[in-house]
Amino acid sequence: MILFDQVTKTYPNAARPALDEVSMEVERGEFVFVVGQSGSGKSTLLRLALREERATRGTVLVAGRDLGSLPDRRVPLMRREIGTVFQDFRLLPGKTVYENVAFALQVIGKSRAVIRQTVPETLRVVGLSGKEKRFPHQLSGGEQQRVAIARAIVNKPTILLADEPTGNLDPATSDGIVSLLDRINRSGTTVMMATHDHSIVDNFAKRVVELAQGRIVRDQAEGVYGTSTSALPGEGETAADDTPTRTLRLPRLGRSTRDAGAAE
Amino acid sequence: MKISFVLRESAGGLRRNLSMAISVILVTMISMYLLGLGLLANRQVDTMKDYWYDRVQVSVFLCVEGSQYPSCAGKATTQAQRDQIRTQLEQMRPPVKDIFYESQADAFKRFKEQFKNSPLGEQATERAFADSFRVSLTDAAKYDVIVSSFQGAPGVGRVQDQKQLLDRFFAFMNVVSWGAIALSGLMIVAAILLMSTTIRQTAFSRRRETGIMRLVGASNATIQLPFILETVVSSIVGSALALALLYATVHYGVSGYLSKALLDTAFIGTGDVFAIGPIILGGVIALASVTSWFTLRRYLRV
Repeated sequence: MILFDQVTKTYPNAARPALDEVSMEVERGEFVFVVGQSGSGKSTLLRLALREERATRGTVLVAGRDLGSLPDRRVPLMRREIGTVFQDFRLLPGKTVYENVAFALQVIGKSRAVIRQTVPETLRVVGLSGKEKRFPHQLSGGEQQRVAIARAIVNKPTILLADEPTGNLDPATSDGIVSLLDRINRSGTTVMMATHDHSIVDNFAKRVVELAQGRIVRDQAEGVYGTSTSALPGEGETAADDTPTRTLRLPRLGRSTRDAGAAE
Repeated sequence: MKISFVLRESAGGLRRNLSMAISVILVTMISMYLLGLGLLANRQVDTMKDYWYDRVQVSVFLCVEGSQYPSCAGKATTQAQRDQIRTQLEQMRPPVKDIFYESQADAFKRFKEQFKNSPLGEQATERAFADSFRVSLTDAAKYDVIVSSFQGAPGVGRVQDQKQLLDRFFAFMNVVSWGAIALSGLMIVAAILLMSTTIRQTAFSRRRETGIMRLVGASNATIQLPFILETVVSSIVGSALALALLYATVHYGVSGYLSKALLDTAFIGTGDVFAIGPIILGGVIALASVTSWFTLRRYLRV
């Protein structure tokens, strides 16, 4: 579903690459936490998958499309298969809950009938039935994030990218949001969530990809947040020398690449 | 892309950004009014040329007693010389079209009539005028044939071509009209810069919306069209106002005043405003679309 193959991303005037030879694959229906400290490259990874940025080197495949060779005019169609959620919700303050969610369908030209049917359904899924007429400022942070999630999934995307979706929320609310993402994932949507929230990662026991200084230092099925953090290599050393994580990462990568080849 | 959505967005954008829209409207109006004045002045020159070149005459002035012209030798033209000149003119058809003899007394009377409101008319004496042949030509440009045949001939004081006088006047009118067009050019530059700034400002104030639209996969057309439409609509309103002003100028200023005050020349009419209308409107639409498209390409990327 999402494949990074030896992807390097260097921003202009940056001392070191934001992502350095990163290879990973997320399969259809998977739920992946991308963890790491600020500046480790989590957001860059998501931005590349959304094609907000282009990789400096390497290949990024999303939903069967090679983003390196995807022409600009095809980007909107590709983005319709991806839902995105951010830490700051990014709701339109002048629109109601209903209008915020409907907006995502209006701008891609969905008919009024489709909108009238889909938006209430989606609001029910995220648990906001009855709050259609509220404005964002009348909602709690968690509710606002639910609106953002509703907007992200209202067009039934195959992939959901979430960049620190719980960053502005208290722990209990955060749990609710990730449970919602988990439910969305169970219905078939591939979810990739960047976070540095320890307890969330530990509670949900999903696949964990850990980034440090632009490199993958751990890729673990049903991982927890912090195992390799203490074993994090210092400057200059490479993370790949860290044997436990290396053994965990490589078999997985080999298998998924093979599977991807068979699927396509 | 849904047209109704784009239209709603544009209307909302214009409402929210009314002051910017008004400034685009006013700048477009003034620049298009100036451009229109320049174009109309050009057409006025053409109209007058058509009118006057049909009427220009070459005057062959004869000698009177005491004429200062060397060929006259201080003596009046004799009847024999007069007949000779007339025969010679008759032989030159074409380009000679009509020959009309105007006596000194007639010329004096015509001058008095023309300048009846001016002190010049009262001060003039009959002695200042001369008999002349007034020759109209099939082609006003061929006047030099007459000049070369009659300049310095016996009994001919001077050959004068009215076209030369007119051309000096038309040259002046041309400078005025091109000056107006050049000024309007500067105003158009101002209009383009203002449109571009307005779009940039609007795009910035709506970056939340456009950001979300990009994320959920709205097409470029859906994102950009409202901005383009807003600019195009504002500038159409501006140029429509400019055309209304031009119409009023021509209707009240030219048709209602000038052409009544100056009866013996031709003036443009409101028809000329309708003739330049499509040029101005079309030009403005093209200008606004290209400007906004170009600005958006830089400031609203995918």
